[in-house]
Amino acid sequence: MSQSKKVNKVINTVIIQAVLIFFSILMIVPFAWMFLTSFKTVTEATSVNPFVIFPKVWKTDAFVTVWNNMSFPLLYKNTLLLIFWRVVCACATATFAGYAFARLKFPGKNLMFSLVLIQMMIPSQIFTIPQYTMISSLQMTNTMFALVFPGLVTAFGTFLLRQAYMQLPKDLEEAARLDGCSIPQTFVFIMAPLARSSMVALGIFTAVFAYKELLWPMVVCTDAKKEPLAAALATMQGQYATNYPQLMAASLIACIPMIILYLIFQKQFIQGIATSGTKL
Amino acid sequence: MAGKSGVTKAKKHKMTKWDKSQALWGWIFILPTMAGLIILNIWPLIQSVYQTFFRTGDFGKGNVFVGLENYQQLFQDTEVWQALWNTFKYSLIEVPFSIILGLILAVLLNKKIAGRTFYRAVFFLPMVAAPAAVAMVWRWLYNTKFGLINNIFHTNIEWISNPSTAWISIGVIGVWSVLGYNMILFLAGLQEIPYDYYEAAQVDGANGVYEFFKITLPLLSPTVFFVMVTRIIGALQVFDLIYMVMDKSNPALPKTQSIVYLFYQYSFVNHNKGYGSAIALLLVICVLIITAIQMKLQKKWVFYY
Repeated sequence: MSQSKKVNKVINTVIIQAVLIFFSILMIVPFAWMFLTSFKTVTEATSVNPFVIFPKVWKTDAFVTVWNNMSFPLLYKNTLLLIFWRVVCACATATFAGYAFARLKFPGKNLMFSLVLIQMMIPSQIFTIPQYTMISSLQMTNTMFALVFPGLVTAFGTFLLRQAYMQLPKDLEEAARLDGCSIPQTFVFIMAPLARSSMVALGIFTAVFAYKELLWPMVVCTDAKKEPLAAALATMQGQYATNYPQLMAASLIACIPMIILYLIFQKQFIQGIATSGTKL
Repeated sequence: MAGKSGVTKAKKHKMTKWDKSQALWGWIFILPTMAGLIILNIWPLIQSVYQTFFRTGDFGKGNVFVGLENYQQLFQDTEVWQALWNTFKYSLIEVPFSIILGLILAVLLNKKIAGRTFYRAVFFLPMVAAPAAVAMVWRWLYNTKFGLINNIFHTNIEWISNPSTAWISIGVIGVWSVLGYNMILFLAGLQEIPYDYYEAAQVDGANGVYEFFKITLPLLSPTVFFVMVTRIIGALQVFDLIYMVMDKSNPALPKTQSIVYLFYQYSFVNHNKGYGSAIALLLVICVLIITAIQMKLQKKWVFYY
């Protein structure tokens, strides 16, 4: 009896591992192919007969060419600044508003909160044209301010942090109030530190989506030197057309920093995304 | 109960110092966010709707009032309806497949198995890659002559330039991209299911499949519902993939271009902001209707415990 149970368990484990390995391969192949292609020559990459999987000689020509043509240090800087400001603005505004919506009583609260909710449901494209008109009438296209602009405040983050504050126990605030703490003091010294993990989650969520955003940067940046990485890659696809080793090398250079950050802070990344997606 | 409401009513007559302080700080705390949301979203929403009654004049001559002309054009524009249909077709691949596969992987990873952290990291990897890079490498994999896929399977399929296959190929990239994200959300949901339920079932001699359908799925249904609502909203806004994978000269473009792609073309390439706004409004209405239907249907299958 126990013998057959053991056999069953082994078979189970083998099947599960096989499924997981199969899916892992599907997930990794595109990245592996990006990596392998970037070290090939164009002839090697486009040779069908014989079909080449590994480059014969690992050539770095493609990397050198795209690095020289695309001013990556500048693109990294733009992307980093964009992420930095988006995260700072989102966390700074949402934590105050989230706390007020969760814990303070004030007139007009429900009306204001329904305005926040409406925006979470509406596709952002409906805001894009007027936002662009504002930026261009301020003559601020091609600036960092323009890139950050739609992310100065966040309805999603406000909602997320409201949920976080609502789950905190009430007695801490009561105690602080009896000790004579004012509302800002209670918030800054007691409540905000307790909602730290949700704030980190919001920060990670904001950073990932700022890094991946494409439409808005393409709209407000016409100058290649002001673009973030995602938009620059889109522009470069047009220029290099079919030079696949160069396209793959550029993609790899653009993806590597985020992937390395992700592999180092994997736990925080996954925790952050999970929190921002399920605590709603 | 009656006594309690009497007390609150009595309190309303005169605001205490504490109430005043709350009202003051409450407004100060929400002020930056509300000001931002009004400038960045509420006002633009009104502006966009207003804009649908105008047409950008020739030679950049400001706005010309055209009444309902944009709407008339929209209803007769087969390109727009085709794009809307394309967007739905894309969503019909991306949403169900990414949810079902994400759910299966999450359930498998919720057990104590070797390599759990590794698998989780790998499945989530596409989430941190730039969409432009993802699109480029898939284009390369799909390449008819030199692509990896056709060479491995010795086929000669025009994955992204044949109108009858291109929408599926794009959908596959979509599933690949968001699978790990859904999986992470499901994993988080699974971890909140109390273990007692499974123990009780095991005592009764339930097997894995029974457990999944009778315990896991009902208890996970709020998470599934949340993922479904947000994924559908996301899928209906697909843009990056279409923009990056489909060239302007691609013969399959009319059968794959999404509604946001068309919005981008009209608003920022052709600079016809009135018509672009009308297209965006159409998307907003579709999203609101679909979300409302889902909210209504949730009572039938979402199990809150």
